[in-house]
Amino acid sequence: MRQHDETMLLQTPFHSRIAKACELNQWDDWKGYTTPHVYTEVEQEYFAIRNSTGVFDLTPMMKYRITGPDAEAYLNKLLTRDIRKIGVGRVAYAVWCDDAGQVMDDGTVFHLGENDYRLCAYNRVMDWMMWSAMGFDVTIEDETADVAALAVQGPTSCSVLKAMGFEGIENLKAFGIRTYAFDGVILMVSRTGFTGDLGYELWIDPDKAELLWDRLFDAGKNFGIRAIGGAALELARIEAGFLQAGIDFVAAEHAVRMGRSRSPFELGLEWLVSFDKPIFNGRRALLEEKKNGSRYRFVYLDVEGNKPAEHSFIMKGSKVIGTVTSAAWCPTAKSNLAFAQVESKYGNVGEVLVAEIYYQRELQWTRVLASCTVIEKVIFNPPRRRQTPAADF
Amino acid sequence: MLRFLALTPADQVTIDKIECNRVTKKYDAIVIGGGHNGLTNAAYLAKAGLEVLVLEKNPYIGGATVSRELHEGWKYSNCSYVCSLLRPEITRDLELPRHGLQVIPYGGSVTFCQNGDYFGDYPDHGRQYREIARHSVRDADAYERYSADVMKQTRLIRPFLMRTPPDPTSLKLRDLKEMRVLAKAFAELGEEGLADTLKFWTMSIGDYLDGYFETDVLKAHLAGSGIIGTALGVYSPGTAYVLLHHYMGDVDGTVGAWGFARGGMGAIADALAAALQSYGGEIKRDAEVGQIIVKDGVTRGVALTNGDELYADIVVSNLDPKRTFLKIMDAKDLPEDIIHKAKNFKIRGSSGKLNIALDGLPTFNGIPKNSPLLRCDMHILDSLERMEKAYDDWKAETWSKDPYVDMLIPTQVDPTMAPPGKHMMTVFVQYAPPKINGGEWTDDDRDAFGNNVIEQIAKYSPDFKDLILHCEVRTPREIEDEVGLTEGNIFMGELTFDQLLFNRPFPGYAQYRGPVPGMYMCGSGTHPGGGVMAAPGANAAREILLDLKRPNTVPAGYPDD
Ligand SMILES: Cc1cc2nc3c(=O)[nH]c(=O)nc-3n(C[C@H](O)[C@H](O)[C@H](O)COP(=O)(O)OP(=O)(O)OC[C@H]3O[C@@H](n4cnc5c(N)ncnc54)[C@H](O)[C@@H]3O)c2cc1C
Repeated sequence: MRQHDETMLLQTPFHSRIAKACELNQWDDWKGYTTPHVYTEVEQEYFAIRNSTGVFDLTPMMKYRITGPDAEAYLNKLLTRDIRKIGVGRVAYAVWCDDAGQVMDDGTVFHLGENDYRLCAYNRVMDWMMWSAMGFDVTIEDETADVAALAVQGPTSCSVLKAMGFEGIENLKAFGIRTYAFDGVILMVSRTGFTGDLGYELWIDPDKAELLWDRLFDAGKNFGIRAIGGAALELARIEAGFLQAGIDFVAAEHAVRMGRSRSPFELGLEWLVSFDKPIFNGRRALLEEKKNGSRYRFVYLDVEGNKPAEHSFIMKGSKVIGTVTSAAWCPTAKSNLAFAQVESKYGNVGEVLVAEIYYQRELQWTRVLASCTVIEKVIFNPPRRRQTPAADF
Repeated sequence: MLRFLALTPADQVTIDKIECNRVTKKYDAIVIGGGHNGLTNAAYLAKAGLEVLVLEKNPYIGGATVSRELHEGWKYSNCSYVCSLLRPEITRDLELPRHGLQVIPYGGSVTFCQNGDYFGDYPDHGRQYREIARHSVRDADAYERYSADVMKQTRLIRPFLMRTPPDPTSLKLRDLKEMRVLAKAFAELGEEGLADTLKFWTMSIGDYLDGYFETDVLKAHLAGSGIIGTALGVYSPGTAYVLLHHYMGDVDGTVGAWGFARGGMGAIADALAAALQSYGGEIKRDAEVGQIIVKDGVTRGVALTNGDELYADIVVSNLDPKRTFLKIMDAKDLPEDIIHKAKNFKIRGSSGKLNIALDGLPTFNGIPKNSPLLRCDMHILDSLERMEKAYDDWKAETWSKDPYVDMLIPTQVDPTMAPPGKHMMTVFVQYAPPKINGGEWTDDDRDAFGNNVIEQIAKYSPDFKDLILHCEVRTPREIEDEVGLTEGNIFMGELTFDQLLFNRPFPGYAQYRGPVPGMYMCGSGTHPGGGVMAAPGANAAREILLDLKRPNTVPAGYPDD
């Protein structure tokens, strides 16, 4: 058992380096850890992701290790996706639902070895994982504090890792995993990330965190490497069209009001639901929903003009049919993108809706009615994201 | 869809052509010049369904918006080097990001002082304040007032960038309506704002800045934007507006911000060309136009200098007004007044440029190696007096012996333009006259000009000279010969009030229509003027489509908030 804790906010193993680089002293609280919101300037950090290399400390992300003879079978019941199809050395995006088929969280599953998995999650889900484990021979450990992790993202990220001496890294495919020796420990590198760009995530023993940071920045000095904060990452993930738990959906367990949780179908994540599996949490409810139809539909909107449709009402004529959950002017795609949830009979691709946008300038609020078009995919989708061998820039 | 010629007697020229070439395709529109405005214009015409051909004299497109590899492994932005004015409406509408364009903002600027100090204009506001206060607390406070005043003026101009200027003497409904929009914008400024506007449009940048600041280096630092590309000195009336012209753009909504086009400025032209081609438009390189063909008072096509003729009822010139009316049009096809106006058009060259391949990152006196100030505009000349002296040399028909430079090392940000660890430096130089002591520039003059600039930089960077691997030196002569900008004037005509808005290029011809039916202008010599903006090209397309009674494909400007 741990000592009695008198600390308000914890620090990650990279904190000494981050604190030095965080010139603006703007911090966030991410699951109880002090994390940088902005180091120097949001735009420049964002463009490090899109033009060179941005480095983001993702240590506070919840990390669960699942081992034991039933690990695969267990995860296959927990997650809606067919986990048997994820080979060793591969990573997959996944969601999990409660029995009512409502999304509890999303995350990534790393298949580290035979019946050995790591599940990265936004929420703290130990309780739910334990409930679901009844009858399975598995061990579940929260290893959040035991693994230090850095996201290294952007068009020159492969060049940086090559300069670190990681041989063959350019041949690692998207969602693949490799390991390298690093100062006497094993460093795991996965070609994953939350930016929609070429990028990697580095996983290591916290004792080696500072050394990893230093070597990485040294290797990256000719490749425009830069530490990035949460604000820049948020912009990149919206541009890439990625959902953020807590922003784009409420975890089913946390929802208090009726109808505030969402099913995978209602979040545009139907592709993550595998009905071929005989059993998984939420299967019956989801089958029902598939038959009877969903209440809501998740859509991407291309919004006219340059005002981000943050928190806007979405209307058809004068009727409010939905709301925006995430929105941004996307600096690389040069598009004004919004994620919205609308009543399910609306939102076919190509449909034109209206966003009611409010913004304030010099204390005065202005209201704009911006027409917006439902688009199938976000505009940002560079080939380098999947290209293997990875490009130099 | 190929459209063949109608064999009417009026088309004698075209009949001849068909006889010797079998089939000659007639285009709906021909655009002369593959500069970024020509490409924009053509893209919008093609988007409207017209068959469009762009004719470019050089083997490469882009004009002054170009990236070329002159030293193996290095790419230069040979002319224009930073981007802010490019209209976001056009970037988005023509899907330029999908066609490969990315503009990366950078922040700040620095001026090196003769006494070893420097003035750093940091992108972070708090840091900027402290730095100005290091020189003068009063100036640091005054800077807030200055920024607000300049912002008011940019807000007046910005809404007119994507509009055709009204003809103030016309009684046409559209002109009257547009005049009202203009009058309303002025009225909204209030009495004081209006007075400020008039000041801005007529004053010298030196006098204007004297009204705010006491620190020499701060004034010199800011005044640079008032003389760039302009054959005027910091104390010449009209330079305050030139500063505004450099402040009225934006990157992702941040007004006044500048950025690098990834891969150099040629990425803009390349993306525009890809957009044009996606709508079915064509581009012919190595195709210099010698003459616009006019028959029976209407435009018929163009004749290339190699003798080929190409036909279209719409011909659009991307060239500057002098070249357009005095070089590629026959005087007998033109009304008398326009020849006078073209002859009197002010398009004096005043700038030169060095593009340098560097073996490593140079150090600058007193500035730490990882300072953000090295990643932005670096200036030399720390007082208005030195700047005025630099202009005195221009008046004396020689290059500035103590030149003003605006230099950047974009490769600290852009990984695509030089090998890792190596760098490219772009150095814009003010002043370089169009003629040296009344004569043409010689190669020796060019080299002496280049060396003078290198020596100037070396005074502030001890290791700079040793790092030089290759250097492209461009005087107004090279700019005119290669890009076709008369006298090497970077804006295709000076940005003074007598040549702006409904006076650009000439009164009575500011709506992109030439004096001959079917002939149009779309270059930086038209409203809203020079810089990599694409607005002239787009605005001209809108007028052409209006005349053809085709649906408009050109987007309206975003409203400022
Ligand atoms: C050295 C320099 C630095 C500059 N720096 C900046 C900057 O940093 N940022 C910025 O915004 N602006 C800058 N400018 C200004 C900006 O580049 C120009 O105003 C703009 O690019 C002009 O575009 P355009 O399409 O109107 O004309 P141009 O680019 O001049 O295009 C005209 C085209 O016509 C072609 N042509 C000429 N004659 C013929 C003919 N007879 N037949 C066929 N083709 C012909 C030319 O080759 C050229 O391609 C700079 C300009 C220069 C010269």
